[in-house]
Order: sequence, then structure tokens, then C-alpha cells
Amino acid sequence: MNILELSGLTKKFGGLTAVGNVDFKVKKDSITGLIGPNGAGKTTIFNLITGVYKVSEGKVIFCNKNITNKEPYQIAEIGITRTFQNIRLFKRLSVYENVLIACHKNASYSILDSILMMPKYKREEKQLKLQANELLEIMGLSDRRELIANNLPYGLQRRLEIARALALKPQLLLLDEPAAGMNPDETEQLMLLIDDVRKKFQLTVLIIEHHMDLVMGICEEIMVLNFGCKLAEGTPYDIQNNPKVIEAYLGVEG
Amino acid sequence: MNTYIEGILILAGINLMAVLGLSLLTGFTGLFSFGHAGFMAIGGYTSAMLTVKFHWPFIPALLVGGLVAALFSAIIGKVTLNLKGDYFCIATLGFGEAIRLILDNVQYFGGARGWPGIPNYTNLWNVLGINLVAVLVLANLIRSRHGRNMIAIREEELASQIVGINVFKHKITSLMISASYAGIAGGLMAHYMTFLQPKMFSLVKSTELTIIVIFGGLGSISGSVLGALVLTALPEVLRSFSQWRLVCYGLAVIIIMISRPEGLLGGYELTPSSMKKLYNRLRLKKQAGKQGLEGGDIQ
Ligand SMILES: Nc1ncnc2c1ncn2[C@@H]1O[C@H](COP(=O)(O)OP(=O)(O)OP(=O)(O)O)[C@@H](O)[C@H]1O
Ligand SMILES: [Mg+2]
Repeated sequence: MNILELSGLTKKFGGLTAVGNVDFKVKKDSITGLIGPNGAGKTTIFNLITGVYKVSEGKVIFCNKNITNKEPYQIAEIGITRTFQNIRLFKRLSVYENVLIACHKNASYSILDSILMMPKYKREEKQLKLQANELLEIMGLSDRRELIANNLPYGLQRRLEIARALALKPQLLLLDEPAAGMNPDETEQLMLLIDDVRKKFQLTVLIIEHHMDLVMGICEEIMVLNFGCKLAEGTPYDIQNNPKVIEAYLGVEG
Repeated sequence: MNTYIEGILILAGINLMAVLGLSLLTGFTGLFSFGHAGFMAIGGYTSAMLTVKFHWPFIPALLVGGLVAALFSAIIGKVTLNLKGDYFCIATLGFGEAIRLILDNVQYFGGARGWPGIPNYTNLWNVLGINLVAVLVLANLIRSRHGRNMIAIREEELASQIVGINVFKHKITSLMISASYAGIAGGLMAHYMTFLQPKMFSLVKSTELTIIVIFGGLGSISGSVLGALVLTALPEVLRSFSQWRLVCYGLAVIIIMISRPEGLLGGYELTPSSMKKLYNRLRLKKQAGKQGLEGGDIQ
């Protein structure tokens, strides 16, 4: 079964077609890779799925529902969350607050409940705090919970962004170059973490990445994008042996 | 109590009420407004109308004044908060001035010449009580998921949306609560001065409120309280050498902004537990300093 379907997805910026007529399916419970040279349109696809950019043409279908051009916060409610290529944390807040904020959907008390400190507010707030701490534990950030997010080492900032995305209990997690700027050791750890988290949270993961060993190592399915168009899709083995892909990545003479 | 000091405290309390509202909007939600005097005017004139012309009791009149201010703010918010950029800030500026000009021409309220004979209902005790409630409401709101969402919007709007925060809804909620505080402050002012005139609610007043919030520190309720007290009392205390009054006021603000750009208490709250933490940290620092002398560098 497919959790996400892009059909004829197109995004134009003025005269530039950043994404052109892309058809693509993501299988439920899979880890799927989205690769391609710089400027291929990968991040733009994430922005289209999450409603950050408006779609020029085509459709985004999630669990058989058309979710094209919904607001980003609605996409999050529907069950898709993401991380950003250039990390976007709540920089001046603590690690704990970053996650706690994102837990908000798991409570339902109203403003009035909180102003009057109603039992419902207290009960749910306690629940949120437990949940935030639990997530920090899983993501190995517990010992830094009071640190200001901006003061975290780079690798941990990426981790925190994933933790924050998980707080919404998504069904589909979009990771935009989660290993960027990490050394091979950290990349390896991240791979294990992603696999672990996916099982624990029963997630489908769609991942943009330039580290080929990471992509080939954990993805079951890969799509290659070039100049905004789909170049190839298939298993890591297929992709590695696809002459068109090799050409796009290495360039070809003549 | 000395009526002079009492007067200063009441004025500070009235300012504080409006500043608390602005603090929610600017300090915690990251939206600048230069029209809060307009909301004060709406609250002031509404509540005065209710007490003078309809003989309502004071507190219900105040609350309705706040409510009407909130409704006006909802209209501005609805139109401008969806737009990117500084439209909102500019719209509030225009709104504040428009309200003043309209009131100048409403003869029912005395027009530009003003409206005397409003009953003197505001006193130190009801100002104190109302501010106490206002601080509690604000503190509880800020510590709830709703308040955290507003802070998240201030910090990083796109990330807020991605974690499922309805940015527009939270901004307009913050604005409406903020405007209702300003409206209540206007009502308190009307029933303290016993006189209303549109020019009491000029752009200068709006700017003064914003200065107090920034002076006290963005994102700090206790900072706003401190700011309102200091910056209302200062011009009064300096009244004896009147020609230097505004210069001193300006200097005080400039010195704070240079030495502490984040304001007196930017991002911090003075609560018993935070004072204890601060004390412990200072003590640890002292100890660490002593050890540092012996231990040399560790990293
Ligand atoms: N907001 C925008 N306005 C105009 N052009 C844009 C915008 N966003 C992206 N583009 C263009 O769309 C194309 C695709 O960009 P995109 O960021 O999706 O590439 P990418 O595959 O993520 O590349 P990278 O690997 O460098 O992150 C680029 O040519 C980029 O300049
Ligand atoms: Mg990109």
C-alpha cells in the first residue's frame, strides 16, 4: 500500500521549472530515498508536500486523500512532519522546550482551562512533560535537556530536530539531508537511529541525502531526480547500476 | 498614604495593565504594535459611556470596554495578520491614529475638546487587584501550550507551522487578549482622570508602551512590571527640575538599551525559584573561580 503519492507534481518559479511532472509513490512502512545532484528540486518536493510552497500543477495524495495545497500546520495534523536542510530549531529555547512545544497536539485543554488552572490542564500538562522527556531519552538528548538549542553541537541539533518532528506522532517523516555536516561515525550512528526510530514509531521515512553509503544502506526504494524530473527509481541495486544515474552524477563526455 | 505617591502608583498601575497586554503581543508573540493607545481609547470611551450614560457599575463597564477593544483588534488582525512582512505593524499605527481622529469628531463624547465629568471610580486598590489578576492570567497563559506556541511563533515561524501550530490563530488570539488588556487600562484611566480627550491616546502613548516593554525586557512579565513602575515614576520624580525631565528619561532608556540590549529582564522572570537558581549559580561560579586558580585549564 502507498502512503504517499505524487502525481504530475510541478513547481515553477517564474520561468524556472524546479519540479516538473513528477510521479512517485512511497510505500507504507518503507524507508525511501530521494537523491539527485544539487539544485535537482529535492527540497522543493518536500516544500510542496508540506505546504510550504503552493503546487503549480499536479497532486499530493496521502493515505488516499488529496492534501494538495493545504497549510503547513494542517499537513502536520494530518501526519506528515519534516526536518529542514538548514536546521530550523527554536534556537534560543532549551532542548526540552523545543520538544515540549511540538508535543502540543497531544493535549486538548483550552486557554480558559490553563488560565483557571483546571484539573484537565494540570493532568494533560503533566502528560506532555512526560512525553517530551521520553522522547529526549529515546533520542539520547536527556543529559542536555536544559541546554539552549543553539549551543548544541551540530549533529545533536539535527537529532533534536528529528525529536521535535517525532513529538507530533507522524505517520510519515521527511528528512532533508539529516547527515549533512556529520562525520562518518556520526552518520553511521544516525543511520542506526533512523532505523530504530522507524520501528519504534511505526513510521514511513522519506529521506533526502547525499551520503551514498547511508542511502544505499538503509533505503529500500530510491528515486533519482535530475533537473526537476524523475530520472530513475528502484532498489539501491537498480539505481547503482543504472547508466542514466551514473551519467547524471559523473557527467559524460561527448 | 501620601496622595502624591498614591497618584504615581495608580498611573503606573494603569500603564502596567496596558504594558502587560503589549508584552504578550510583542514580548511573547513577536508582533510589534504602534496602535495600543487606540485600544486604550476604545476601552476608555466604551466604559465611560457605560458608567456615565447607562449608569453601569465600574467593573462590568471595564470588562465590556476590554471586550470591545478586543473585537476591534480582531478585525485588524483578520485583515493583516495573514500578510507577510510588516503590514500588521503599519496597520496598527494607522488604526491608532484613525481612532483618535474619529473621536475628535464624535460630539456625543465631547469631540476634541474632551469629555469631563466621568465618575472617579479608579483607586489604588482596584488598580492593584486588577493588575494582580492580569499578571496571574498572563503567567498561566504563558506556561500553557497556547503560550508556548506563541513563543514558538516568535522564535521561528516556519518551524512553528511545521510542528502543527496554526500561526494565524495564535497571533490573533494573542492580539485580542493584548487589546483587551489595553482596553481595560483605558477604562481605568478614564475613571481616574475623570476626563477623556482623544489626544491622550496619541502615537506618543503607543510608543511609550512599546518603550516600556522593550526597556523591561521582551519575553518577561516581571520585566514589564518593573519597566512600567520605573518609567512611569521616573518622569514624575524628575518633575521638580522640569526642563531636564525628558532628557533624563531618554538617557535612562538609552543607557539601559546600550548596556542591556535585551532589556532589564529580557527572557528572565523574577520568581522565588528563579532567584534561588540565580543565587546557586553565583555561588557555584565563585567556587569554580577558586578551583580554577588551582586546577589550571581542563579542556
Ligand atoms: N523560493 C524559490 N524561489 C526561486 N527559486 C527557487 C526557490 N526555491 C528553490 N528554487 C530553485 O529551484 C531549484 C531546486 O532547488 P532545491 O532547493 O529544491 O534543490 P535541491 O535538490 O534540494 O538541491 P540541494 O541538494 O542543493 O539541496 C533550484 O534551481 C533553486 O534555485
Ligand atoms: Mg535541498
